[in-house]
Amino acid sequence: MSTTLLELRDLHVTYATGDGPLPAVRGVDLSVERGQIVGVAGESGCGKSTLASTVLRLQAANASVTGEVLLNGKDVLTMKWGELRAVRWAGASIVFQGALHSLNPVHRIGAQIAEPLHVHTPGLNDDAIGRRIGDLLEQVGLDADRARSYPHQLSGGQKQRVMIAMALACDPELVVADEPTTALDVMVQAQVLSVLSDLVRERGVGMMMISHDLSVLADLCDRITVMYAGRVVEEGPAEKVFAAPLHPYSEALSAAFPRVGDPAARFAPSGLPGDPPDPRNLPGGCSFAPRCPRAADVCLPAEPALASYDEGRTAACVRIEPSGELVETTTSDGAHP
Amino acid sequence: MTAELRATGLRVEFTTRSGRVARALDGADLVVRAGEVVALVGESGSGKTTLARSLVGLTRPVAGEVTWDGKPMNRSTRGLKELRRHVQLVLQDPSGALNPRHTVYEAVAEGLRVHKLVARSDKTETELVANALASAGLRPPEALFLRYPHELSGGQRQRVLIAGALAVAPQLLIADEPVSSLDASIRGEILALLLRLREQLGLGVLVVTHDLGLAWNIADRIVVMYLGRVVEAGPTEDVLTSPQHPYTQALLSVVPEMEGLEPIVLRGEIPDPTRIPAGCRFHPRCPALASGEADEVADACRRTPLPVLPADPEGHRSACHLVAARGGVSTSSTDQEEVST
Amino acid sequence: MSAEVTAEATPARLSARQLARRRRIEAWRRGWRQFRGHRSGMIGLGILVFFVVVALAAPLLADKSGLDVTTADGPVLGAPSADYWLGTDENGRSVLTLLIWGARISLFVGLFATLISMVIGTLLGLVSGYFGGWVGRLTFRLTEWFLVIPFLPLAIVLATVLGRSLFNIVLVIGVTSWPGTALLIRSQTLTIKERPYVERAQAIGAGRWHQIGKHVLPNVMPMVFANTTLTVAIAILSETTLSFLGLGDPTRTSWGTMLDSAFEVGAITTGCWWYIVPPGVCVVLVVLSFTPIGQALEEIFNPRLKSVS
Repeated sequence: MSTTLLELRDLHVTYATGDGPLPAVRGVDLSVERGQIVGVAGESGCGKSTLASTVLRLQAANASVTGEVLLNGKDVLTMKWGELRAVRWAGASIVFQGALHSLNPVHRIGAQIAEPLHVHTPGLNDDAIGRRIGDLLEQVGLDADRARSYPHQLSGGQKQRVMIAMALACDPELVVADEPTTALDVMVQAQVLSVLSDLVRERGVGMMMISHDLSVLADLCDRITVMYAGRVVEEGPAEKVFAAPLHPYSEALSAAFPRVGDPAARFAPSGLPGDPPDPRNLPGGCSFAPRCPRAADVCLPAEPALASYDEGRTAACVRIEPSGELVETTTSDGAHP
Repeated sequence: MTAELRATGLRVEFTTRSGRVARALDGADLVVRAGEVVALVGESGSGKTTLARSLVGLTRPVAGEVTWDGKPMNRSTRGLKELRRHVQLVLQDPSGALNPRHTVYEAVAEGLRVHKLVARSDKTETELVANALASAGLRPPEALFLRYPHELSGGQRQRVLIAGALAVAPQLLIADEPVSSLDASIRGEILALLLRLREQLGLGVLVVTHDLGLAWNIADRIVVMYLGRVVEAGPTEDVLTSPQHPYTQALLSVVPEMEGLEPIVLRGEIPDPTRIPAGCRFHPRCPALASGEADEVADACRRTPLPVLPADPEGHRSACHLVAARGGVSTSSTDQEEVST
Repeated sequence: MSAEVTAEATPARLSARQLARRRRIEAWRRGWRQFRGHRSGMIGLGILVFFVVVALAAPLLADKSGLDVTTADGPVLGAPSADYWLGTDENGRSVLTLLIWGARISLFVGLFATLISMVIGTLLGLVSGYFGGWVGRLTFRLTEWFLVIPFLPLAIVLATVLGRSLFNIVLVIGVTSWPGTALLIRSQTLTIKERPYVERAQAIGAGRWHQIGKHVLPNVMPMVFANTTLTVAIAILSETTLSFLGLGDPTRTSWGTMLDSAFEVGAITTGCWWYIVPPGVCVVLVVLSFTPIGQALEEIFNPRLKSVS
């Protein structure tokens, strides 16, 4: 039996909007093994949330998807409805972004966690469900009697943990966590992250974690995929991508969350000019070129393909030597050595 | 003579729906001077936003005093207006803080009009607005005059907010979570802007944030708060490389990719401000107390409340029985820098 | 949305105020284009415009002397004929003439009563929503009190006390219909005053009235407009009702007075449909025309505020 839980093959997702087609995901390959945590790093507009939604075929109605989303070898995109329903939550589940809005304010927590249980295991009696809910809450560090609370009685961190408990309700093999710790305090974030990593360790669950905070991903994940403008621009072991990024965008993301204690980061905030690109108005050639400190003429004709480097790393940039070193050039406009 | 904003013993309370009194701010001292960047750090419920708002008179304290330039804050409408000419607050959430029906020009000109600054200056209103936008990094400023907030990106909106604050030529800027709602790749730009304002205009900046990395990036001094009180304050390098207070130590240890520190994940969450623990308010979660390291002062931790930590613009102080017992209450150690990489 | 700002071709000559005015005109044009795309809104507007034109052009369409009872020489309650397209009333006057001139009164009353109602309602709504303390509480209680009073009895009492004149009818309707507007404006004000940009104005140093005038009111106005269209409908109906009950100005003809007269002369039992149906249909058409207009306006005002790039 293969250990690959999730495999995305050449995934393309385009939204049909009133203003024309919006390409949110433009050819992404990704895989998650059993017991592995894969991080997807990127900012608004890079397509990461769209990516996550395809795993359970939850993409918006106006989204057209091509490519394959293989969950345990079976393509989610072409599954029959009955099979898909069975997979949703029992095969894979999602911890949604913005726990504040994902919980129904008029139902108790326990009832909301029980919902997937009722759908997937209709035979369970109330007692068994109650026990299961208690177990789940304890697994995420909450008291079992919290099941009787309403969402507004919980803090942000507690709500996020309830979302994780909900995601675990049907013992999925894969969990997709979309920005699970954004907007949480650093201590609560640490608690939530420790819950997630325990999960993976103890149950062999595979996890895909999405965040714009590269340092959080570096801490928790085994491998990181960096996305920009709907494509993968770098992929590799988490520590390496964070500490020694190849692609200039990964470098910028890494520098955005400076390491406390690093003297080089004192009074030297670094950011990129401009804004994350509008998917409808992508420049020809490398989509990162307008903001890239290393951009040169060679970047303009075509979108760079992913090239392989040492230690199982890939990056999509034409300004990197095969050894991983930056290309030494003295080309015209805008090349910063 | 540097202008300074000083808070002494500020207390802010409010009554919850169930009738209990929540002490959002329970005695805080703070001083911010023009020309320095101070990071006010804490988690939600620490009172940092309440403190920032009290400093500009948006929240009324029940006790304590705020002085600006040596003079106590005058709470009359005119007094507050005068204060707000010198101390400007830049709100969190740039998308909500700009009136969707006002153009960028109107948003920036508002301060000028309210304080009638055009009459006092030799420039026209348009020139002043353009200058403010340019100082905030939006060039050419005229191109943005007639845009509406929903046509701008998050970074642009934040800059417009800053420009609006700069237009009245304040001496102090209080920025509440200036980059938390912005994309990661542009955070650095906004932070660099704040530093530039300090360099070029001599502004003082108080940055309210939960992000220790941000404090490391741009702050001269850092003030750490917990449950309505300041628990540690001092020069950023000192506090973040040699934290004294167990809370600061724990907070630092769980920053992702933090090297050289064993993560101390505290249990539970910040207690309800209506039920502040007796003695040292951190003691129920204190790892030093739990591990026995603080046995010598355990009794004090559980029973003796700590005095309000005085604001010391130079030294490094903590409000902790253990630190006091070990003689480390006021360490001014700007020369010895342990740099851990 | 690049932070790289591209300079538009804005002539440096024009001041920012003039540019802002141009911008506002642009916004109106955009709003109008959106309205044009709303089919039912356009139909409603068409009907309304038709009646307004008829009312304004009354002297051109029908001789005013046709209203004079003393000179009327048509048959009594005559059925529609070549001479009298909609027949005649009990005095021999042409029903069509009455209808056209009646449009004036009905629409006039509707619009002016709405104006009074809106002004009072918006003002009190703003005050009770924005101010706390006794001011806010007092105005709120006042609003609630007026809301609870049943419209018709109050209108009848006021009309009886004040006398039966056109102006008084306008006053009566205005004074009794403001609470609905006030409550709506109040709840909208409560929401808006918590918005961060209002607090920002405060942080900048703006006083209360500046905050209300520059921030709260402009954001409340869209709701006011949308509500106005519905209020006009109610005002016209109210005038019709009051006139029908005999409280209208006896010297003037409105659609309501026509219905009242028709009722009194027993037009229903005698089958004089031409006296009852036309004014009734006109009232219904005008009232109905406002609903899609109000809906279209709401749609226009909301998405623009909600659209975030």
